[in-house]
Amino acid sequence: MRRYSAFAIAREAARHHQGWERAWKSPAPKKSYDAIIVGAGGHGLATAYYLGRNHGIRNVAVIEKGWLGGGNTGRNTTIIRSNYLQDPSAAIFEKARSLYETLSQDLNYNIMFSPRGVMMLAQTEHELRGWQRTAHANKLQGIETEFIGPKKVKELCPIINLDGPRYPVLGALWQARGGTARHDAVAWGYARACSDMGMDIIQQTEVTGVRRDGGKVIGVETTKGFIGCTKLGIVVAGHSGVLAEMAGFRLPIESVALQALVSEPIKPCMDVVVMANTVHGYMSQSDKGEMVIGGGADGYNNYTQRGSFHHVEETVRALVETFPIISRLKMLRWWGGIVDMTGDRSPILSTTPVENCFINCGWGTGGFKAIPGSGWAMAELMAKGHSPLAEEFSLTRFREGRFIDESVAAGVAH
Amino acid sequence: MSTRLSTGGRLIDRSRQLTFTFNGKSFKGVEGDTLASALLANSQTIMGRSFKYHRPRGVMTSGAEEPNALMGLGKGAKFEPNQRATTTELFDGLTAESQNHWPSLDWDIGEVNAALSRFLPAGFYYKTFIHPRPFWKHVFEPVIRQSAGLGKVPKERDADRYEHFYAHVDVVIAGGGIAGLQSALEAGRAGARVLLCEQTPHFGGRAPVDGVSIDGKPAEDWVAATLSELEGMDNVHIRPRTMVAGVYDHGYVIAYERVADHTPEADAPRHRLWRIRTKQVISATGALERPLSFPGNDKPGVMLASAMRDYIVNWGVSAGDRTVVVTNNDDAYRTAIAIKQAGLDVPCIVDARPEANGALPDQARALGIEVKTGMGIAGVKGLRGVVAVKLCRQAGEGAVVEEVVCDAVAMSGGWSPVVHLWSHCGGKLNWDEAGAFFRPDHARPPTSHDGAGFVTCVGSSDGALYAAEVLPNTSAATRGMLGQIGKTAADAPVVQADAPDEAPLAPIWMMPQGAGPKKRAKMWLDFQNDVKVSDVQLAAREGYESVEHTKRYTTLGMATDQGKLSNINGLAILAGELNAAIPQVGTTTFRPPYTPISMGAIAGEARGDVFQPLRRTPMQDWHEANGAHWEPVGQWRRPYCFPRDGESHRQAVNREITATRNSLGLLDASTLGKIIVKGPDAGRFMDMLYTNMMSTLKPGKCRYGLMCSENGFLMDDGVVARLDEDTFLCHTTTGGTESIHAHMEDWLQCEWWDWKVYTANVTEQWAQVAVVGPNARKVLQKLGGDIDLSKDALPFMAWAEGKLGAFDARVFRISFSGELSFEVAVPASQGRALWEALLDAGAEFDATPYGTEALHVMRAEKGFIMIGDETDGTVIPQDLGLDWAISKKKDDFLGKRGQQRSHMTDPARWKLVGLETLDGSVLPDGSYAMAEGENANGQGNTQGRVTSTYYSPTLDKGIAMGLVLNGPDRMGEVLEFNTTGDRTVKARIVSPVFYDPEGEKQNV
Repeated sequence: MRRYSAFAIAREAARHHQGWERAWKSPAPKKSYDAIIVGAGGHGLATAYYLGRNHGIRNVAVIEKGWLGGGNTGRNTTIIRSNYLQDPSAAIFEKARSLYETLSQDLNYNIMFSPRGVMMLAQTEHELRGWQRTAHANKLQGIETEFIGPKKVKELCPIINLDGPRYPVLGALWQARGGTARHDAVAWGYARACSDMGMDIIQQTEVTGVRRDGGKVIGVETTKGFIGCTKLGIVVAGHSGVLAEMAGFRLPIESVALQALVSEPIKPCMDVVVMANTVHGYMSQSDKGEMVIGGGADGYNNYTQRGSFHHVEETVRALVETFPIISRLKMLRWWGGIVDMTGDRSPILSTTPVENCFINCGWGTGGFKAIPGSGWAMAELMAKGHSPLAEEFSLTRFREGRFIDESVAAGVAH
Repeated sequence: MSTRLSTGGRLIDRSRQLTFTFNGKSFKGVEGDTLASALLANSQTIMGRSFKYHRPRGVMTSGAEEPNALMGLGKGAKFEPNQRATTTELFDGLTAESQNHWPSLDWDIGEVNAALSRFLPAGFYYKTFIHPRPFWKHVFEPVIRQSAGLGKVPKERDADRYEHFYAHVDVVIAGGGIAGLQSALEAGRAGARVLLCEQTPHFGGRAPVDGVSIDGKPAEDWVAATLSELEGMDNVHIRPRTMVAGVYDHGYVIAYERVADHTPEADAPRHRLWRIRTKQVISATGALERPLSFPGNDKPGVMLASAMRDYIVNWGVSAGDRTVVVTNNDDAYRTAIAIKQAGLDVPCIVDARPEANGALPDQARALGIEVKTGMGIAGVKGLRGVVAVKLCRQAGEGAVVEEVVCDAVAMSGGWSPVVHLWSHCGGKLNWDEAGAFFRPDHARPPTSHDGAGFVTCVGSSDGALYAAEVLPNTSAATRGMLGQIGKTAADAPVVQADAPDEAPLAPIWMMPQGAGPKKRAKMWLDFQNDVKVSDVQLAAREGYESVEHTKRYTTLGMATDQGKLSNINGLAILAGELNAAIPQVGTTTFRPPYTPISMGAIAGEARGDVFQPLRRTPMQDWHEANGAHWEPVGQWRRPYCFPRDGESHRQAVNREITATRNSLGLLDASTLGKIIVKGPDAGRFMDMLYTNMMSTLKPGKCRYGLMCSENGFLMDDGVVARLDEDTFLCHTTTGGTESIHAHMEDWLQCEWWDWKVYTANVTEQWAQVAVVGPNARKVLQKLGGDIDLSKDALPFMAWAEGKLGAFDARVFRISFSGELSFEVAVPASQGRALWEALLDAGAEFDATPYGTEALHVMRAEKGFIMIGDETDGTVIPQDLGLDWAISKKKDDFLGKRGQQRSHMTDPARWKLVGLETLDGSVLPDGSYAMAEGENANGQGNTQGRVTSTYYSPTLDKGIAMGLVLNGPDRMGEVLEFNTTGDRTVKARIVSPVFYDPEGEKQNV
C-alpha cells in the first residue's frame, strides 16, 4: 500500500492525480478462509482489521451485500463518547473512544476524529441527579467526565438558550475528549487497511445461507457460490435476525427507524456536541458547517430507511427551543437508518449455539461511537473464544436477566 | 454586460421602482423582480463564492436549483443565510449580502484555494493532515471549518412566527405549470378535493416563456383562463409560493408555504408548514435543465440556457451583449432566438451534435445566427467574467479551432424530469435512452397501505418533455388516477398544445469528448461544492465505485441544491469511468425536502412558553402568587419549595419540613396520577398488573402496590383504592401517569382484549391536597362535613367519601411522610377553594405549603422509596425489601417470570439500606461504594451506590439511602464512597428508616 501524505498528494498533483491506486481491491472470493465476516460496515471491517492486527489471522473475507459502509456507518450523526453509566458499556465505549484517538495514524487514513467535547444537558432535577451518578461511575471507570454548571455550559456553547422557560439548563455532564469523526472515512480507512493486509472485501455479494456440519459452522452460501470458513462472524446490524435464522438460532432484536437531518451549512458557531435528552434532541456542527441533528427512534418496528415526519418535528422543535438561532436555518436533508435494538438497549457480542459462529449486533442507536472497541472485542472473541470487553454482552444475559440497561442515563439519545 | 432591456419582461411592472441594498450598496429594481434578476439588471454578475475553492460565481439558474447565488438576507433578528437570489422576490428595502468570502466578494483571500486546487482534489483531506496528531483538532480542522461553511450565523432569536396547517384532500398536485393546471382541471371537474401547490408566485411554468400555444392561443391566455375556472371550483384550493417538500408513507405529504418572505413587515406568519393527508399525489414538477461539462463552465457569465431565456422573457434582463449558446439539443435554440429577438447579439450556436436541422435550428439560422455543429467549447477566457470562448471539435481532444469573443455563455445539456416526489417513498426509475434521463417506472410506483401506487407523475416530470406531449400525457395519467379513487373524469376533450418539433438530443457528458486530465479538472459538475469531472473519475479510479461512495468521497450532490444540477452529469461520468451503463450505476437516494425548508416552519408555534403544553393544577395560580420555585416534572411544573423573603431554597425546604413534622403542612398533590380501572374483570386485571393481590382489597380500603415490567423490574408504585366492587382507583407517580396508562392499554388491547375492563386517566379531573402533620385531623375536622375522620372510623390505609365542609371530597388516609396524613381529593373546579379553605382553617396551626423537595426529604427520612431514585430500570422489588408486596398466592403477574431468572434470584444482589456518614455530612448524589481491586477491564470495583441523599433537618445530619451488596446483612459496616474528586467519604450501613421506625405517628 502506498502511504497517504501531503507529499504523496504533491507527487500525484504533478501527474494530475492519475497515479493513485485503489483504496481497496475488488477480489473474487477464494474457496475458503480462516474467518469470514458477514457485513462490511464499520463493525465488520474493524473486526477483520483487529483479527489481522492483534491476532495474526489474515486469511479473512468480509462479505457485503451492498457497498461497504453503506448501512448505519454511513448514516449516523458521528458522535463519539464513552460517558456511559454501566461498567460493561463504559469499558467498551471507552476502548473505542481511545482507539479513535489514534485511528487516523493507525490506518494512515484521516478519519478526522475531533475531540471537541460532548455535553449531556441536565434540564430536570432528576436528570441532574442521573448525570451526577454517571460522573461518579465514570470516575471509577477511568473515564474523564465532569459535571459542569450552566455558566460553563454557556461558555462552551454560546448559542445555547439556558433559560428556556420550560426546561432551564441546570448543568451538564461534560466529556472533553468526546467528539465526532468522519463516519464514511472510518469504514473506508478500515477497508483499505484490511485490503492491505491481504484480506478480501467482497462487495455486492449476499449471504443466502449458513452451512453447518453437525453443530459447527463450515461456511456460507452466497450469491457467488459457497465459501468455506473455519470461523464465522455475523456483523450485520439490522439484518442480524435474518442471518441468525440462517445459522439456526434466534435473537432478541427489534428493528426500528432512527432519523437524522442536517441544515444548510453556515460558518462555525458550535464547537461542541450537545445532547438534550429531556426535550429529545442533539446537535453538533460538521466541518462542512452543517448543523447535524438527531433525536429519538420511531415508535414502531419497520425496515424502511425513512421514518415519520412527526419525529423530525419533535426533534427540530426541541432544538429550536434549545438553540433559537437555528430557527432561521433551513433543513437541507433528512434520512433514516434501521437500528437493531435489544431489550436492554445494549449490544450483543457473543458466541452462539452454533460452534465457531459468533455474533455482533444490537448496537441500536449508538453503534458508530463503538466501532473500534466493538471490532477489537469481537476479534478477540473470535480468535480466543473469550474477551473481557465482550463478556457481559453475551446472549445468555437475556436468559439470566443480567441486563445492561443504560436507560437511566442514556434516555433517548444513546 | 448584463443589463435591463428597454422592453419586455412579462412578470415585471416597470412603473414601480424598488430600492434594495447589496453588500451595502444601494440598487434599484422593479416590482416583480427576483433578487437575481434585479442584480443582473444592475450589471452585478458576480453573486457568490464557491464552497471549496472560493471561486467567483454568477447566477447559474432562475429557480430553486440555484447553486451559486446564495445570499444573506435581512438584518438582526430577521437575518437569514443561504437564501437563493433566484427564488427571492424583491421588495422595497430588501438588504442582501453575498457569502463565503473575506474581505470582500471581489477580493477573497480564500481564492488561494483555487490556485492550489491541483493539490486539493476530491478527498485530499483523507490523505493528509494525519500528522502530527494534535494538529487535526487544533490547527487543520479549525482552518478548514472557517474556510468551509457558507452563510453567516444568525445572531439573534428569530423575530418571526410560523404555523402549521392541516389538510385532508383527495389529490395534492405539486406544480402549477400547464401540466399541474391541466391535472387540477381534470380532478376538479371530476369532483375531487384538490390542493394545487406551486412553489413560485406564478402559474404556467415554462410554457409562456417557451412561446407554446395552447388551444390555438398563447399559453399565457390558457393559463389565465384555467386558473380562473379552477378558482371557481369549491373543491379546488390553489396555493402559490407553496412547495411540496416531501411525500411519506400512506399519503402523508408536507408542503412549505413562504407566506411572508416577500412582505416581511406584514402581520402574518413567515412560513406555513402544511401537513396533508391525501389519497393521491400528482407530481407535476417539471424538469430541470442540465449544465454541460466543458472547461470553465463555472465562470460568471456562464448560465443555463433556459435561465437566460427566463431572464429575458420574464424580467426583461439580459445576461450579456454577445452570448454564445452551447448545446446538445434543440431546446437551447429557443434561447438564442429569444436573445436575438431582444436585439442582442448571438455570434454563434455551438451544437455538439453532428447536425442540427429541426424547426428551431432553422428558425435560428433564419434569424442570421451561425450554427456550428459537431463543435464544443475547449475553454472560457476571462477571470471574473467571460471574455471569449475557445471552440474545438467535440470529437477531439480540445485543439482550439477558433476563439469567439462574447461576454456570456448559455449552455444546455438536456433536461432531467424532477422525480423527487415519486422517489421519496420508494418509487423506482427507468433510464430513458432517447432522452438521456431517468423517468418514473410506472410498474413500480410508491405504494400505499393497499399496495396500490399513490403518486402519479404527469407532463415533464413523467418524461413528456415536449410541449405537445404534456397535456395528453397529463390528462390520461390524471384520469387513471381518478379512477383509482372512485372519481369519474368529466367528458371534456383534451386541449392541444403546439410548439415546434424538436430533434433528439445527443448525450454529451464531457466536452470535448477526448479532453485530457488538465481540461477535466476544469469541468465543474457540482458548482457549489467544486466537484469536477476529474474528481469523480479519481473516486472511481480509487475504488469508490458505488454511487454512494462517489458522492460521499467527492461531495458531489451534497451541496444546498442536493445534486439537482449535478447528479445526472456526475453519474454519467462515473458510469463512463467504470465502463458501465448509467442505469447500472443507479442514483443516490432522493430524500425530502425537495428544497430546504426552515427549521422555524418545522417547529411551528411551539417555542418559548408554548414549547410544550404546560399542565396546570387548580392551585397553580396560588403557587405562582406565593413565590413558588418551580421544578419541571413531565409537562407539569411543581413547586420545589416556597421561599420567603431572603430565604435560600435550602432554608425554605428545612422550614417546610419542620413545620410539617411539628404541626401542619399542605402539599398540592394534584399531579399525582389517577387512573380508573373498571369492569367485571377489573380485579383480575389488577392482579396481573400489580405484584400484590389487589382483587381481595375491600371497597373503602387502600393498598400500596407495585407495578413491574415483564422483565421483573420495578416501574411504578402508588396507592390503590377500591371504589366499589367493579372499580379501582390507581394512584401513580406524577411522571409515570401517561406511560402507565399506555402500559395498561397495551396489555388490554394486545393481550387481554377479551377481558371486560376499561381504564380512564382522570388525573386532571381531581385536585388533591395532602394534609400532613400532627394537626392534620384537627384542621379537617374544623372544615366540618359528614365524614367521620376519627382513628377508628378512618384508620390508616382507609378512605371515605362525603362532604368535607362544602366540598364533595374523597379522603384517603395515606402517608408518604410518616406523619398523620390525609389526602383530600375534590373535583378540580373546587381545588383552589379547598386549598384556601385549608390555609384559612390551618392558620392557627401555622399551616405551611411545602414543595417537592420537602416531600422527598420526608419520605427519605421515613425510608420510603421513590421511583426514579431507588429504581432505575434495573431494580426489582426484592432489592428494596419489598418482598412483602409480592403476592406468593397468585399464579401470575407481570414480571413474575422475569423475577425468577437466575440473576434476579441470586442472593448476592445490591439491596436497600440506609447510610449515614461518619461525620454527619451529606453523601454526594450518585456516589458509589468502592470495593477492593479492579475488574478485568481495569475499572474500579464497586459494592453499592447512593440512591437518595439529603440533609435531614429533623435529625440535623445527612441521611441517605443506597443499594449495597448484601446490604441488609451488613448493618453497622462502614463503606467508603467516592466523589468526583480525589476525596472519599466514609458512611455506615444503617436501617433505611431514620424517622419513627415504629410508625406511631402515621397511625395516630
